[in-house]
Amino acid sequence: MAQALDPAIGGSSLSGDESNGEDRASERAFRLPLLGLVGVIAAVIVAALISATQGAAGLPVGGVLTTLLDAVPGINLEPGLDARQQAILTQIRLPRLVLGLLVGGALGSAGAAYQGIFRNPLADPYLLGVSAGAGLGAVLAIGFGLDLSWGPFGAVPAAAFVGALLAVSGSALISRGPGSSPATLLLAGVAMAALFSAAQTYALQRLSETRAREVLSWLFGQLQTNGWDQVLLLIPYVVICGAILVAYGRHLDVLRVGDAEARALGIDPTRSRIVVVVAASLLTAAAVSVSGLIAFVGLVIPHVIRLLISHSYRVIVPLSALGGAAFLAFVDVGSRTLLAPAELPVGVITAFVGAPFFAFVLWRGRQAPS
Amino acid sequence: MNLRTTRARPARALTPAVLALALLLTACGADDATDDDATEPGTSEDVADDAPDDDATEDADEATEDEAAAGDFPVTIESEGGTWTLEEAPERIVSLSPTATEVLFAIGAGDQVEAVDQFSYYPEEAPVTDLSGFDPNIEAVTAYDPDLVVLSNDANELVAGLTSLEIPVLVSAAPADIESGFDTMAELGLATGRVDETATLVSELREEIDAALAEAPDTAVRIYHELDSTYFAASSYGFVGDVYEQMGAINIADEGDPDQSGFPQLTEEFIVEADPELIVITDEVDYTADDVADRSGWQDITAVEQDNIVTVDSDIASRWGPRLPQFITTVAEALSAIAADAP
Repeated sequence: MAQALDPAIGGSSLSGDESNGEDRASERAFRLPLLGLVGVIAAVIVAALISATQGAAGLPVGGVLTTLLDAVPGINLEPGLDARQQAILTQIRLPRLVLGLLVGGALGSAGAAYQGIFRNPLADPYLLGVSAGAGLGAVLAIGFGLDLSWGPFGAVPAAAFVGALLAVSGSALISRGPGSSPATLLLAGVAMAALFSAAQTYALQRLSETRAREVLSWLFGQLQTNGWDQVLLLIPYVVICGAILVAYGRHLDVLRVGDAEARALGIDPTRSRIVVVVAASLLTAAAVSVSGLIAFVGLVIPHVIRLLISHSYRVIVPLSALGGAAFLAFVDVGSRTLLAPAELPVGVITAFVGAPFFAFVLWRGRQAPS
Repeated sequence: MNLRTTRARPARALTPAVLALALLLTACGADDATDDDATEPGTSEDVADDAPDDDATEDADEATEDEAAAGDFPVTIESEGGTWTLEEAPERIVSLSPTATEVLFAIGAGDQVEAVDQFSYYPEEAPVTDLSGFDPNIEAVTAYDPDLVVLSNDANELVAGLTSLEIPVLVSAAPADIESGFDTMAELGLATGRVDETATLVSELREEIDAALAEAPDTAVRIYHELDSTYFAASSYGFVGDVYEQMGAINIADEGDPDQSGFPQLTEEFIVEADPELIVITDEVDYTADDVADRSGWQDITAVEQDNIVTVDSDIASRWGPRLPQFITTVAEALSAIAADAP
């Protein structure tokens, strides 16, 4: 198991030394781990089925399944649900399920991309301050009606995107200063997160009680959605940015070896970094703008994939997307049912699961031979 | 008689004074509710009876206004803010509680109020400042040189700070039901030397509230009071919910509030499943009744089908103040309309 542990998690990565034989090997002999892929896809399907059949409204499981099958073209079944139950299923529960899949996928793949591009195992949207930046933008948009919308982009995603880019470029700029080490990036992220959180708190204070409560429950992370509209809004971001990140998986693998090697292979390191950071930040911002701050998905999922399946970013990025989708859909079942009919913010559960795992990775990293 | 007794004997100790006032107020209510109650204390009838006696009370107020300001003190007030003896009527009150501000002005103590917090914008003559009640700053509060500070809750260790500066504090907590709201008013009346006015206000409010409650039909209507777009709701354990409970309504939020917090966050699919017959939203949110009706999946809810979505003034519905009867009347009318439509 110590062999399987990516050095990126180990102590060596904190000194920035990423080039080693294993990476070169993965660069030369790349193959898609079919078993892992099948496993992760199965996890998505299982999580989706559990999520579709469980909920506070207590719809009959058989009725849900027949209704779902009835929707498949070519199959005609008598739906076992009355009109209101059908409305609950198709217009409340299913949009929320799909939103969970999309947000989880976005956070998982963005987290993997950040870890790759910053060559840092602890990089994730939350720790880099991206979420806090996006959060501030969204708080301003929700709380004060700040209207940054342009074209098809709504005000909240646009404001969240601007905030996310500000935060990530702030973190990146600080970490490029003289005397910086890879740890500087995380510390810079902590600084940016603190700055944006402070601005958020200030903004919250200026709000009335009702607005403040709305913004707070958004900050805790929530997958409530008004029908399919938000889901449809999120799909283009996830598909386009996700495709870009998956396509740049090879760049991430090569960049881990070093900038000089990347140039030798015809890759422009600066351009690749910009493309990946913009795509990952846009993805994060889009997810955060509809779901609030959901911590640890972007951190934990890529590590699980790396520990269990592969070290190559060509595998980690797409499988983190699927794994994140499965994880968040599953966790949202808890959000909807643990305190039913009351709601438990989904961000609370992800952090509850994610924080101990994060601690384990840190502990494990110190144990690993360097 | 009771009034005069209270005034004639300076309330040096808290307990007798508050008890006397509480007894007086409770008696008023009981009197309104049941005219033929044989166990009614005779003394309260003077205050609680109908128009002629109200006039008499007002006359008494006018006659004794000066005396009231000077004569009732010292009084002792006791709350989470500690026990304080006020030697004379406070003239520089700082109120960080919008509810308390409304009450202070309604009982004629408005002239004694020096500054109020940013959300105390009712009534209009209240001296609104940028003071915050949620996150109060003790230096900003003391800058107004208050001789009494009224809070709704003790944030930022404000009570300890004011205590060390020997500035009297009255923590006037948000009441959990209609009845304890009267107690809050009584405390404020006592602290400001406005006992008569408070008694008058309370008996008027009792009448109005009882009348408004009586308008509500005697059918169990399923009600959902939404506080914001994330489905925080008012359950029966808060004072708004108490209003619904007294009208005999079934509050769908109760099932989601095992901790009795008063304000649970519900899951959307539960709300639709519970099928409320009346949905109440406040005017503080940035959506309208039409937006609620347009929510996807909500079209089969009875309240949406029958267009029973009521928008209430958020301040009136969240503050136990003198305007409460308006809120009760609004809801009672909506319930009556539902009962009338019912087959």
